[in-house]
Amino acid sequence: MGNVDLNSNLARTPLYDLHLELGARMVPFAGYEMPVQYPDGVMKEHLHTRDQAGLFDVSHMGQVRIHGERAAAALETLVPVDVLGLAANRQRYALFTNEAGGILDDFMVTNAGDHLFVVVNAACKEQDLAHMETHIGNDCRIQRLADRGLIAIQGPGSAAVMSRIAPGTRDLIFMTAAALDVAGIPCYVARSGYTGEDGFEISVPGDRAEALARALLEQPEVMPVGLGARDSLRLEAGLCLYGHDIDTTTSPVEASLMWALQKVRRPGGARAGGYPGAEVIAEQLVNGVSRRRVGLLPQTKAPVREGAEIVNPGGRSVGRVTSGGFGPTVGGPIAMGYVESEYSALDTKLEALVRSKPQPVVVAKTPFVSQRYYRG
Amino acid sequence: MSTIRFTRDHEWVRVENGATGTVGITDFAQKQLGELVYVELPEVGADVEQGTEAGVIESVKAAGDLKSPVTGSVTEVNESLPDNPGKVNEDPLGEGWFFKLTLAVNSGLDSLMDQKAYEEYVKDLE
Repeated sequence: MGNVDLNSNLARTPLYDLHLELGARMVPFAGYEMPVQYPDGVMKEHLHTRDQAGLFDVSHMGQVRIHGERAAAALETLVPVDVLGLAANRQRYALFTNEAGGILDDFMVTNAGDHLFVVVNAACKEQDLAHMETHIGNDCRIQRLADRGLIAIQGPGSAAVMSRIAPGTRDLIFMTAAALDVAGIPCYVARSGYTGEDGFEISVPGDRAEALARALLEQPEVMPVGLGARDSLRLEAGLCLYGHDIDTTTSPVEASLMWALQKVRRPGGARAGGYPGAEVIAEQLVNGVSRRRVGLLPQTKAPVREGAEIVNPGGRSVGRVTSGGFGPTVGGPIAMGYVESEYSALDTKLEALVRSKPQPVVVAKTPFVSQRYYRG
Repeated sequence: MSTIRFTRDHEWVRVENGATGTVGITDFAQKQLGELVYVELPEVGADVEQGTEAGVIESVKAAGDLKSPVTGSVTEVNESLPDNPGKVNEDPLGEGWFFKLTLAVNSGLDSLMDQKAYEEYVKDLE
C-alpha cells in the first residue's frame, strides 16, 4: 500500500484498464495483477452470478494449441484421460500426472478439429509448457497463445446474453466448443466454466478482449466478478483449486477425481496406462487409497478454512481442510479436505480445529449447490 | 462527554467520562474486509489487553482478529451481531459495535489516534 509499488513485476491482462475503470481492487495472483472484487463486493458478485450472469477475466490462464496428426496420442502419454476418443468440438477435464501419480496441473482440453486447444492454470503454465515441450515436443507442435484473452460469462442468464450477441452459441451444450463471432469478434467459445452454472468461456484475440468485455457488460444481466467470488463459486460447486485441493502430493484417486479417468485408460482398458505414474494410479484404483478428498459441512456458523486440522471423535488427527469458507448461496460455511478413507463415508461426524477449538463437521456430498449445466 | 480514538489496525473505541468504552471497527476496515459472515465476541467479564485478540471477524474472503484497542474488562457484548454480522458493514460506528468495557487504569488510550490523525492515516493507505 501507500506509495511503494509492490506490483511492479506483475503482468497485466488485456482487461487491466477496464478493471481499474470499473473500480476493481487489484491483487497479485499467479504473477498477474488481478481484480479480487469490484465495488459491489464478493457477496453480491457471487449471488448475482447464481441469479443472472457474471463476467470473469481469466486471461491469466495459459492458452495453448497442440498441432499435428499425433497430438492426441502424444497428449495421452502425459494424462490418464481419453484424448483420442474426444470427438470434434468436445471438451474434457484432464490432469498432468507425475511419476508418483501426483497431479502436476489440471486443465481443459478441446478437440478443435485441426488442433487440440488446452487451457491450463496460470500459476502452472510455464511448467506445463516445458513439460509438454520436453515430452511430446518432438511429436507435435506446442503453440503458446500469449496474445489471447480469456473471458468467462457464467450464470443462468448467460445463455440469453450470448444468444443476443452470438446466436451460434445456442447450438452449444455443456462441454462443447465452436469458433464463433461474439459481438462481431472472432472467438473460440466453450460452454463450460468454473462455477457449477451454465456459462461460456470465450477465447478472444487480446487486442479485442476489452471490446468483447464491454459488449458483454452492456447486457443488463451481466456484472463483473472478481477472484474472490470466483473462489466461493467454485467451492460451492465442489470444484478443485490447483495448489490447494490437488497438487503433486495428491493422486487423482485420492482427490476423488476418478470420474476424470475414462475406462479406456484404466487397467483392462484398450489404452490402459502409458502416462506418468500409471502403475501407482492403477494400483490405487484396484486396492483403494488411505485418504480421500471429501466435502465437509461445518455444523456451526464458524467458517472452517484451509489448513484446519480434522480430528476423529477420539481427538486423533485424521485429515486437513484444503479449501473452506463461507458459501453465499448455501448461506453458511462449506469446506473440502482430505480425510483417512475410513472416515470418508457421507455423514461421518468429525471435528475441525478452528483457532484450536474443535468445531463439528460432517462429511457431505459435493457440489454444495445443484449444478445447472446446459445439456441440451 | 465522549471521545473517540482509533488504532492502526482500524478499531475504534468511544470512551465516556474516561471510564467506559464501546469498541468496533472502522468504515475503512469493513470496506477492506467486505461483507462479514461470522463474528465471535469476547465473554462478558473477560479481561482484554490492548492490541491482543478479543474476538474474531470473518468475511467471505478472510478471517481476522478483532484486537482490543484498550486494556480493560468486558461489561457487555452486542448479542445481535452473531446472527447479523452484516450490521458491522451497514453501521460500523453505530449499531455494528462489538463490545463495551471498563477501562483499566493503564488502558493505553493515550497511545491511540484521534479522529483527525486517523483520517490522515487512512488517506495514506488509500
